Amino acid sequence: MKLKTALLGAACALTFAPAAFAERGTDGEVKFTFPQAVSIMNPFLSSGTKDVYAASLVLEPLAGFDADGNIIPKLVTEIPTIENGGISADLTTITWKLLPDLKWSDGSPVTADDAVFTAAYCMDPAGGCAQLSKFDGVAKVEAVDASTVKVTFSGPKPNPYTAFVGALSPLLQKAQFTPCLGAAAPTCTDPNNMPIGTGPFKVTGFTVNDTVTLAMNDQYRDPAKPAFASAVIKGGGDAEGSARAVMETGEFDYAWNTQIPPDSQASMTAAGKGEFVVAFGTLVERIEMNMTDPDPALPEGERSTAKHPHPVLSDIKVRTALSKAIDRQILSDVGYGAGGKPTCNVVPAPDAWASDNTGCIAQDMEGAKKLLDEAGWVPGADGIREKDGKKLHILYQSTVNPIRQDFQALVKDWWTELGVDVELKAIDPSVFFGGDAGSPDTFQKFYADVEMYANNSDGTDPETYLSQYQCVNAPSPDNQWQGENMNRYCDPAYDAKVKVLSGTVDVAERQKIAKELNDMVTKDSMTVIPLVHRGTLSAHSNTLGGVQINAWDSEMWNVADWFRVK
Amino acid sequence: MLTFTLRRLLLAIPTLLVISLVIFLLVDLAPGSPMSEIPLTVPPEVRKKMIEALGADQPVMVRYVLWLRQFFWVEPATLIDGWFGTNWAGGEQRILSWQSRAPVFTVIGQRIPQTLTVIGTAYLVGILIALPIGIYSAYRQYSLFDQLGTLFAMIGFSVPTFFSGTLIIIIFAVTLGWFPTKYDTNLSVTDWPSFVKQLQQMAMPVMTLGLANAAVISRYMRSSMLDNMGMDYVRTARAKGLTERVVVLKHVLRNSMIPVVTVIALGIPSIFGGAIITENLFGVNGIGAALIGAIHASDLPMVQTLAFIFAVLIVTFNLIADVLYGLLDPRIRYD
Repeated sequence: MKLKTALLGAACALTFAPAAFAERGTDGEVKFTFPQAVSIMNPFLSSGTKDVYAASLVLEPLAGFDADGNIIPKLVTEIPTIENGGISADLTTITWKLLPDLKWSDGSPVTADDAVFTAAYCMDPAGGCAQLSKFDGVAKVEAVDASTVKVTFSGPKPNPYTAFVGALSPLLQKAQFTPCLGAAAPTCTDPNNMPIGTGPFKVTGFTVNDTVTLAMNDQYRDPAKPAFASAVIKGGGDAEGSARAVMETGEFDYAWNTQIPPDSQASMTAAGKGEFVVAFGTLVERIEMNMTDPDPALPEGERSTAKHPHPVLSDIKVRTALSKAIDRQILSDVGYGAGGKPTCNVVPAPDAWASDNTGCIAQDMEGAKKLLDEAGWVPGADGIREKDGKKLHILYQSTVNPIRQDFQALVKDWWTELGVDVELKAIDPSVFFGGDAGSPDTFQKFYADVEMYANNSDGTDPETYLSQYQCVNAPSPDNQWQGENMNRYCDPAYDAKVKVLSGTVDVAERQKIAKELNDMVTKDSMTVIPLVHRGTLSAHSNTLGGVQINAWDSEMWNVADWFRVK
Repeated sequence: MLTFTLRRLLLAIPTLLVISLVIFLLVDLAPGSPMSEIPLTVPPEVRKKMIEALGADQPVMVRYVLWLRQFFWVEPATLIDGWFGTNWAGGEQRILSWQSRAPVFTVIGQRIPQTLTVIGTAYLVGILIALPIGIYSAYRQYSLFDQLGTLFAMIGFSVPTFFSGTLIIIIFAVTLGWFPTKYDTNLSVTDWPSFVKQLQQMAMPVMTLGLANAAVISRYMRSSMLDNMGMDYVRTARAKGLTERVVVLKHVLRNSMIPVVTVIALGIPSIFGGAIITENLFGVNGIGAALIGAIHASDLPMVQTLAFIFAVLIVTFNLIADVLYGLLDPRIRYD
């Protein structure tokens, strides 16, 4: 018996040997470069992914997502479910159990009070918290005991993994942020730039919009990690420069968001110093159809509203024809190379949630022409189709961006071949996405026939995202043009299904409904014409090991496991 | 002279106030919103709350008066507090960047050293290259050297820095591997190896900008020299039997320097302004990079403050140039 135990022990020791021999801080420095520099290290006040990702090296949520979109515990013992009693049977509460002996990087213990405080911090109406929607429906967050956090929702919540889950909703230290509640939040420069966290690194220096320097966190829960003693994030420049610094000169180990033209991707890979990795999340470049009339002759306030249906695009045959004429594979190859693939879905991932809708991938110019003929649009003397003496004219708007202008030119060629007179318009992104109700050029006002941009669902569950296409969410003067249903798509059957989805708990059933909703706005009604499923292209050096790109959480979600390849 | 300077200084106050108002309105009325950077997954209600928290929903005049107060009272007071440990500012709200929520002047303070070292060195290098080229080109007008100098100047004038910079990166960083492509701001020069490192990382931006600066100044130098070479006093000097060296470097050069010195002086504010493209290209976190970053993010307080500081610098250096005229050329008197 003793011998057996000893042998088993030896076997175990051998199995774990590599891990046991790895020591914290033996691999020197890991260097990141971001094309956009980090502005702030507090995701609750940040306006961009760059800040969230940088902060994820320091601040951690209770649970995160792995590369496949599965939820994994970070600061908790296990993921609460109905089976293990962590989620109440009526779906109104979720209870998290913190890991024992968890410490902040300053050595003080992490307690449930920190979670209670974080919720209060973000939910303060004067704080301007960017991640407020993560706390949507949260009625109360309380500390049951020092290591138990209980979140109570105001109603049943089928997907309760929002607050404290993922890089967008990490835990803040109460002691550090207490003076920063509410209106004081933006003025707390030091805590915002150098937050104390539980992650593998801690901030040692912060230069606004330039460099963040970090050192390993001695209090990190795994004594063997991180392998790197320090880290530095240098920001600024452009995607091309960042990619070059990793792939060609080898100055940096990891470059986030190196969205560069396909030919540059190939030539940089040829240099042999690193490789590009792509994370396919839910980002879809799409053309949205305006279901209402954007005619400038209409009085202001009625233009592009439900009062006047679109004279041309209201006909599904026209919409279908426009979709059929597009060769999505070419668009993807030209614009994104390895960083894109053609798609027909607005919810393209995760696989379990994505519809098997691929009918639009193959271009069908003849079919498209036939449809327009059927719809009564026949070619006139100049090749432009007309009906009742009216020319088929389409104003196609997008933002100023080289890839989008390529897309516009290609699509214009196809649509012109179809006999459509296409007028192109490119708007500065800060205006297009700026949401200024006084500007005629915002994507919400949609004073054009079709518009192209990219949108994505936040996280793996697309409920919120799909609910955007409900009638009430159409931007109009009544809501200061602030809705998210740009198309002004309005189908009571769709709204009813969204309601069913919000009341459904069973995941398989939710996935089925989500697929149906996806099909309703895409292949059934052709309101949205998805073009390309876009990934985030990042680059890492061949000497950096352990990188596992992740579209569902921070790309640096497993940075504690990264190491230097020797 | 003193009355003139005082009068000009007093006149500068209303000028700057008008400039500040114009800048503020221009920047404010320009389309764009600080919210355009936020991912679309953030719902509209949350966006609205974020705007309110920034104070960006206030009427433009309210923000202008607040900004004036912050710029002319709170910021200087904070500076004095920082020096002498007093409490003039009384913890009042400083000008905060919308993008980073950090005080704008802290950001500027972090960035001025890089801009001054890199852009300042490039300016100096540019002058050092330009003067000999300009002088010799004029002295041997239409010679091979002059033609080459003209070619050099044309290249410097017409090739934009984003092109020459990228070319320099590909040659010296990618192919030869001599210099780093990204400027390391945290490098502090303490010993010889770190000094060499600093020189290495400054080499490429300085080359890029130095070329452009040298092109401009060498043309001024050449034409000013040419103007003077044909003057009577030059012939007189030669007739006196002075050596060519003395004629050119003492008589002609001195007189030719007057306009060139003015050009150089008026170029100094642009050193503080940084170089938007070059700084971005090489990752030098200077003022220019800060400005373009702020413009992209519609970070109005940052853009307004920077633009106004440039205005102050330009007004100041114009005044200095005017005073310098009087000092350099005794014929010019303002009283």
